Amino acid sequence: MDILQTLSKLVSDSGFAGFFLDGGWKYLVMIVIACVLLYLGIGKKFEPLLLVGIAFGALLTNIPGAGLYHMGMWDAYVNECAYDAANDAALIEVTDDGSRVLTVEEYLANLPAGAKEPNIVEHLSFTDVAHFGGLLDILYIGVKAGVYPCLIFIGIGAMTDFGPLIARPSSLLLGAAAQLGVFLAMFGAMLLGFTGPEAGSIGIIGGADGPTAILTTSKLAPHLLGPIAIAAYSYMALIPMIQKPLMRLLTTEKERKVKMQQARDVSKVEKIVFPILVAVFVILLIPSTAPLIGCLMFGNLLRETGVTERLSDTAQNALMNIVTLFLGISVGATTVATRFLTLQTIAIVVLGVIAFMFSTIGGLLVGKLMYVLTGGKVNPLIGSAGVSAVPMAARVSQQVGQEADPSNFLLMHAMGPNVAGVIGSAIAAGFLIAVFG
Amino acid sequence: MNPVALTAKMGIGDAGIAAVLGYAVVFFGLVLLMCVVILMGKAMAGTRKQAEAPTPAAAPAAPAAPSGTPAPGSAGEVKLFDVPDKEAAILMAIVADKMGKPLNELRFKSIKEVK
Repeated sequence: MDILQTLSKLVSDSGFAGFFLDGGWKYLVMIVIACVLLYLGIGKKFEPLLLVGIAFGALLTNIPGAGLYHMGMWDAYVNECAYDAANDAALIEVTDDGSRVLTVEEYLANLPAGAKEPNIVEHLSFTDVAHFGGLLDILYIGVKAGVYPCLIFIGIGAMTDFGPLIARPSSLLLGAAAQLGVFLAMFGAMLLGFTGPEAGSIGIIGGADGPTAILTTSKLAPHLLGPIAIAAYSYMALIPMIQKPLMRLLTTEKERKVKMQQARDVSKVEKIVFPILVAVFVILLIPSTAPLIGCLMFGNLLRETGVTERLSDTAQNALMNIVTLFLGISVGATTVATRFLTLQTIAIVVLGVIAFMFSTIGGLLVGKLMYVLTGGKVNPLIGSAGVSAVPMAARVSQQVGQEADPSNFLLMHAMGPNVAGVIGSAIAAGFLIAVFG
Repeated sequence: MNPVALTAKMGIGDAGIAAVLGYAVVFFGLVLLMCVVILMGKAMAGTRKQAEAPTPAAAPAAPAAPSGTPAPGSAGEVKLFDVPDKEAAILMAIVADKMGKPLNELRFKSIKEVK
């Protein structure tokens, strides 16, 4: 046994050697970014349930040689082209005009020196992913197949009381208005040169709904999933900082002091009929909303029937926790250094905050309109809760309302637009998937 | 807007149309849903009124008077110890509300203030 040769092989095979390869420094940068995200999640409590998972997934995927996630394999899967399992490369060539699928002969002719003996797989299936992939590849199947976001929506439905929305259906207008940022950011992204599917995925950050953003992006622009998920969850954690100044800027002291009348009582029957009605109606209207709206309303029906308490409890707790765990770490895994450290990521971060701001503005402006039309009976502050982010956005409405008048309680009034925003962002996502998918 | 061009980079006109159309579709969908929810609420209220109509006299009267002729459906007199009539009525109404049962289906034997 040649000790020197063995030691040399150990060193060259180690992950540390990966840092010294061409572009290896990017992995180090990503590890630092992952640690910053972990700090934000743990130290600053920014959406910790998801951000900690995403950050740790980002950490694992950027350790050279770990082989937990194979970007090339997913490129091949998305582009429906052949895959070189030995070198983790999709048989595509990226050019200025887009990408072109390579034949096996073309690929072999251009194989770089030092590459391993190729192992070409012609048509990748999820079975191949399980065969050639690492742990995070296998977990990522749940994202790619759109399973995790929908399961999370079952949990969200089981946790959501639609009573305030049923009592005051006009809340739906605020939920619609607060999707303004989605489409403005989409427009901005298109102007910056993103394609339609990419722009739609970036815009949906403004829906302030993490699972919806992940589902939409995994279907339209999976290569942007990492930065979009991180932007979406980071901004959701920053909602008080983003929304409060806009709320104070766009409303008068008099408007903020408006005390709203208590909404009517909602019967149990209404609460049971509501999810069935919404599921049927919205899915008939925009069929591509079926996965999100169907799961959201199914979860809510479990909550309201009164005879499925065990299932409702599981959806709210055990299922939600398990899926959150898988979703976070597998989304984090997509933040591979070579894809994440680009100007695109910076553009996504900037467009994301623009989307959030304009969604808030849209809700507030329609809130002000309702204030005028009702003769001052509606407090415009509840409009900003039209962005999903349940219940954080409603809490912000309550806080700003109480700053103006400590005896003002807007929370339950803001919950109506807040849950309307969940439906609104699902419809917006359905539109984007239908048009660009 | 040319659907073929959707996966390519879009011009300002197409981008604007896509954004306005998307926002309009969301509004349209939620306005329609609002109408459906309003109709559902009205239908439920109508059903409730119909259900309540045959027994109009049953609900309200009971709590107040511990003396005199009991209201139809009420069950006997309640004995009050150091509790004014008004407070007794309030307490009985709260209990009925919490239990989700009409007041005339409940029987209060006595109410006394614990000192």
